Amino acid sequence: MGLFTELKDSISRATDRLFSDQDPKRIGIYGPPNAGKTTLANRIARDWTGDAIGTESHVPHETRRARRKENVEIERNGKSVTIDIVDTPGVTTKVDYEEFTGEMDEEDAIRRSREATEGVAEAMHWLREDVDGVIYVLDSAEDPITQVNTMLIGIIESRDLPVLIFANKIDLDDASVKRIEDAFPQHKTVPLSAKEGDNMDEVYDNIAQYFG
Amino acid sequence: MPKATNTDDPEGPDGVQIDLISGERMAEMATMEKIRMILDGVHDGNIVILEEGLTPDEESRLIETTMAEINPDGFNGIEIETYPKSEAGDSSLLGRIMGTNDAEAKLTVIGPANQIETLHKDETLISALVSRN
Ligand SMILES: Nc1nc2c(ncn2[C@@H]2O[C@H](COP(=O)(O)OP(=O)(O)O)[C@@H](O)[C@H]2O)c(=O)[nH]1
Ligand SMILES: [Mg+2]
Repeated sequence: MGLFTELKDSISRATDRLFSDQDPKRIGIYGPPNAGKTTLANRIARDWTGDAIGTESHVPHETRRARRKENVEIERNGKSVTIDIVDTPGVTTKVDYEEFTGEMDEEDAIRRSREATEGVAEAMHWLREDVDGVIYVLDSAEDPITQVNTMLIGIIESRDLPVLIFANKIDLDDASVKRIEDAFPQHKTVPLSAKEGDNMDEVYDNIAQYFG
Repeated sequence: MPKATNTDDPEGPDGVQIDLISGERMAEMATMEKIRMILDGVHDGNIVILEEGLTPDEESRLIETTMAEINPDGFNGIEIETYPKSEAGDSSLLGRIMGTNDAEAKLTVIGPANQIETLHKDETLISALVSRN
């Protein structure tokens, strides 16, 4: 009995969690570049943990590596769900190094474009191996039917992962949530503005319901 | 001496090579062999048309491998377009060339990102509009 208590004391909370049924689900935030993935990840992290996860930017490929925020505890209707949020660089089939050359010297541009390609490769790898659910973020002001979106949704479906589609940027005049619902009728679409914080209650209700 | 090339063009042949890969040929290949064949074609500047496309898992590995091969002084990735063959109908150009009609299969067109302006699809024909520098 004494030994058991001693042993138990020496086990860290983190180790405890490793062996519990309630391991946090790892939720990957995917979607095209500039959809608002980092803005959303930051809002979720700030709302529930008090600090941010990464830099939001109009600069393409600002998020070049997957970033993780662990143990984000979301409370809904008296219950709580714990998730790890993985903010990804967004998936693309091409990275043009010229895109980086405008604002920096050549060496930096080469390094950044290499980081960007590694980040996309990493995000694909995470999707095959390491995530338990996906939030797919789209810019509601853009046409959702692109090759990359269709392909990525297909890849996610083939892995049988629970997926929520977030129709972001509903604050914009030419936003159309319906266009997104029509494009992916097989999935639940949640409208929001990650920047303005609009409709976040429904966002958290759905996160708790789908990934809890 | 090569035939049917435009000798005015110092870059070589004026036009684009299209690799048509039948479903039958693909069926015999392992995932990485398929990806290697596609990317080798694309590195050579070719448009690769797969009669029966790739599985989602293969698509995911194709993206990952493409990313690893992008480099600043040349290759900047791929364009990929996929659509169900049933849409094109059994009288499609490719259906006739390939002599097959599998409604489940999805035709997939892949090409080098830096050369392709549009991979355009219509009812019966794929046209790849390739920029000529
Ligand atoms: N109007 C509007 N802009 C947004 C919203 N969410 C993000 N943005 C902007 O979109 C740009 C890209 O955001 P970011 O989160 O970096 O996108 P990411 O590439 O998907 O991570 C930034 O300028 C954000 O301020 C939104 O809900 N509404
Ligand atoms: Mg980002």
